[in-house]
Amino acid sequence: MPELYEFLTLGALLFCMSVAGIFLNRKNLIIILLCIELMLLSVNLNFIAFSHFNADIAGQIFVFFILTVAAAESAIGLAILVVLFRNKNTINVDELDTLKG
Amino acid sequence: MITFIFYLFAFILIGSAYRVITVKNPVHAVLFLVLAFFSSAAIWLLLQAEFLAIVLVLVYVGAVMVLFLFVVMMLDINFSQLREGFVHHLPIAAFVGAIMLLEMILVIWAWQKEIPEAAMAAAAGSLPNTTLLGQVLYTEYVYPFEIAAAILLVAMVAAIALTMRPHTRAKYQKPEQQVQVRREDRVRLVKMPTESKD
Repeated sequence: MPELYEFLTLGALLFCMSVAGIFLNRKNLIIILLCIELMLLSVNLNFIAFSHFNADIAGQIFVFFILTVAAAESAIGLAILVVLFRNKNTINVDELDTLKG
Repeated sequence: MITFIFYLFAFILIGSAYRVITVKNPVHAVLFLVLAFFSSAAIWLLLQAEFLAIVLVLVYVGAVMVLFLFVVMMLDINFSQLREGFVHHLPIAAFVGAIMLLEMILVIWAWQKEIPEAAMAAAAGSLPNTTLLGQVLYTEYVYPFEIAAAILLVAMVAAIALTMRPHTRAKYQKPEQQVQVRREDRVRLVKMPTESKD
């Protein structure tokens, strides 16, 4: 059986790859949403690894709620994406400057 | 053997995550993310989290990723334009990612936790994972569980409210006006002189 630190290293690697993915694809809103999903997956992996190695079920309960919130987040995110594309005909992040932020 | 399986699935997971962030076509990115979720579910099975592994495949791959695919295929987007600056951002992205990874690995490897053998053995011999999860979820975590249900409801209402728009061109009947119609509004009797046959 692999040790705890191997699972944690895998989670860290996945998280850093998704952060780099947000940097790389900073114009494409869809890829940014995908990278957020990947980040949540790596966090869930950490939770489950700790839950297994500490023999505590609470970590898996956390993963359950994270999955729920992530599903809600992606549903609303995609709805916003569709509305955005309908109104501005683009999903380029650089062109979304109506708020002058 | 388990170590070999772990490294196999970890390798697939990392490879598909790499393809998610580098691939040109977002449809392929979503499909590689599905592969990442599947190999991640296999790793969760190794960690004896069977219920969550199945939930990940059913809910995530079955619902959320299909939703992503649906949206990506429905929108007609010029993706080559969105890829500008990819090479430009590559060094900074690799730098930030590498620094973060280095920091995390230093923290993880400097802190090697001693696992109590007794706790591991107790967990291995007890009830199945789904039973354990259900026992805690509906007693200790029942309020968070209901809040999660409310969050899902709010998300559903929000998604519908955002994307629904009134049909301006659709034709439909107005029953309240239909029942108020009288004969005089619709029928007009016209008097015409009879015409001769020639």
